[in-house]
Amino acid sequence: MNALVRQLPERVTYLDIPDLEKKFKPLLEKQAQEIIFDFQAVRALDSAGAVFLQTFTEKLKAAGSDVRFENISGNIARTLKLFTPLETETRVKIAKENFFARVGASVYEWGSYFIESIFLFTNIFYWAFVAFFRKKLRRRAEVINQGIQIGVNALPIVALIAFLIGFILALQSAAQLRQFGANIYVADLVAVAMVSEMAPLITAILVAGRSGSAITAEIATMKVSEEIDALTVMGVDPLPYLIVPKLYALIIALPLLTVFANVIGIIGGAVIGVTYLDIDLMPFFKEVLSALRYKEIFTGMVKSLTFAVIILLTATYFGFKAKGGAEGVGRVTTSSVVASIFFVIVADSILGLIFYFGGPSF
Amino acid sequence: MTGKTLIRVENLVGGYNETVILNDVSFEVFEGEILVVLGTSGCGKTTLLKHLIGLLTPFSGKIYLFGQDLLRMPEQQASDLMRKIGVLFQNGALLNSITVADNVAIPYEQHTDLKPELIRQLVRLKLKLVGLTKATELLPSELSGGMRKRAALARAIALDPPILFADEPAAGLDPVTAAALDRLLLNLRKLLGMTLVVVTHELASIKRIADRILFLDRGKVVFVGSVEQAEKSELQQVRKFFNP
Repeated sequence: MNALVRQLPERVTYLDIPDLEKKFKPLLEKQAQEIIFDFQAVRALDSAGAVFLQTFTEKLKAAGSDVRFENISGNIARTLKLFTPLETETRVKIAKENFFARVGASVYEWGSYFIESIFLFTNIFYWAFVAFFRKKLRRRAEVINQGIQIGVNALPIVALIAFLIGFILALQSAAQLRQFGANIYVADLVAVAMVSEMAPLITAILVAGRSGSAITAEIATMKVSEEIDALTVMGVDPLPYLIVPKLYALIIALPLLTVFANVIGIIGGAVIGVTYLDIDLMPFFKEVLSALRYKEIFTGMVKSLTFAVIILLTATYFGFKAKGGAEGVGRVTTSSVVASIFFVIVADSILGLIFYFGGPSF
Repeated sequence: MTGKTLIRVENLVGGYNETVILNDVSFEVFEGEILVVLGTSGCGKTTLLKHLIGLLTPFSGKIYLFGQDLLRMPEQQASDLMRKIGVLFQNGALLNSITVADNVAIPYEQHTDLKPELIRQLVRLKLKLVGLTKATELLPSELSGGMRKRAALARAIALDPPILFADEPAAGLDPVTAAALDRLLLNLRKLLGMTLVVVTHELASIKRIADRILFLDRGKVVFVGSVEQAEKSELQQVRKFFNP
């Protein structure tokens, strides 16, 4: 039986492998041959080339051929030796847990999330209360700074969105109310809907997206870069130092933003009332004022205060949960925004029901 | 050194924004040598490295890689050139969202037509070279600092680049691992003919690997020569570095 001799080219590098693969493929189809790879001409052999030649040889051997390398210089031999393919790993199969184990694990996991959050929240409330009476912990400058970031800087976007919401509410209801000649009730509808429902909700969602995410990202970054640990070992509790000023700022800023959104939203409705329904400005606002009772205003304020607390707690909880590096920060920030919008809407529904059925009537 | 010149830097003036950090730097790197860039903290070592790999554009001066002018090169050509250099960044610079193995596979997947099976094999080999066989399926955030650096080295040498730039490869490693890493660098040079430009502070490491030393002081090259020459240098700051 004659040996098949295959000359290897001068360069066997990652760029040449696809060609070599094509050239040598027919060898695999032949049965039980003696094959010799001649390294005479080879000047450059890189790791990819070495691995390719050796895995290919393994394949040929598996097909029953006898393979030899010839004319190997010292350096080439060393490269081949250094880049000898590893045995294919045997993956350890992880036994699938049964249904009950998985359910149990996830219940346990959610339970521990719940307990963690209760601890965190009670701590925050405790410090919020204590910090109010301790001068050192008050950090008034930081509260003002946060208030500007959360409140003042959000004014333009809140104004725009509130205006559009008021505008659309009026537009949609106008078409219906017109059929009954009840044009003037557009004012009632816009006022009540804005003040007790839309303004608190929309403002909270905007603030959750703007500031909730910022708070989470800030805390998460501090967590992964060990700044939180640094504060702790300096004897500075991160909760009163970092979180409580934000809580104060949110509790002040969100209701104010909501009041602002109320006014702008009603103005948005008035634009439709005046231009499309031919109501004069004075009667429109007179109707608005007569429609609004304390109950609506109270509902709106209670909601926005609740939302402020919810946004802060969610943002803080997720911020402290961050681990890993930059991608960990991104992950918790996304979760935080989704969760805080979810909780805001759930809380809105619950408060809505409470005030509708069991609310104080004044 | 007799090899041909792979990198030539002529009168390089560079830095960030308006700040000049490197002032009139000229030197050559020859094929197959290990050049160690030294200097006190903040003297512009990393900045020099960033200029060499094209991340920063110099204010003036010329940089030749493989005899080609790095600064007057069409984008395509520059990107081809980038495949011929490997860079090990100071903190590893692994992509955090994918596993170590996937990180090392990036150069193969983006620049070669190799079969996935072969790529997998190569990735495992490169990771074995740096001693990380157990960590292939972990995320970079789950590794220690030293392991991250070694994984980054595996990625840098994926395509067996003729030139490897390494920014503080031994920093943060224990002496045993650092020595193993140095042996690996020497081995790579010997087997693959790699040329290395290494920025480092570690005296032990310098003595093990350096063929020549380039000493920077306040943005200027003050000394070029072997370790023995540096130890006996007339310049106080160079001599002090070796005999602190």
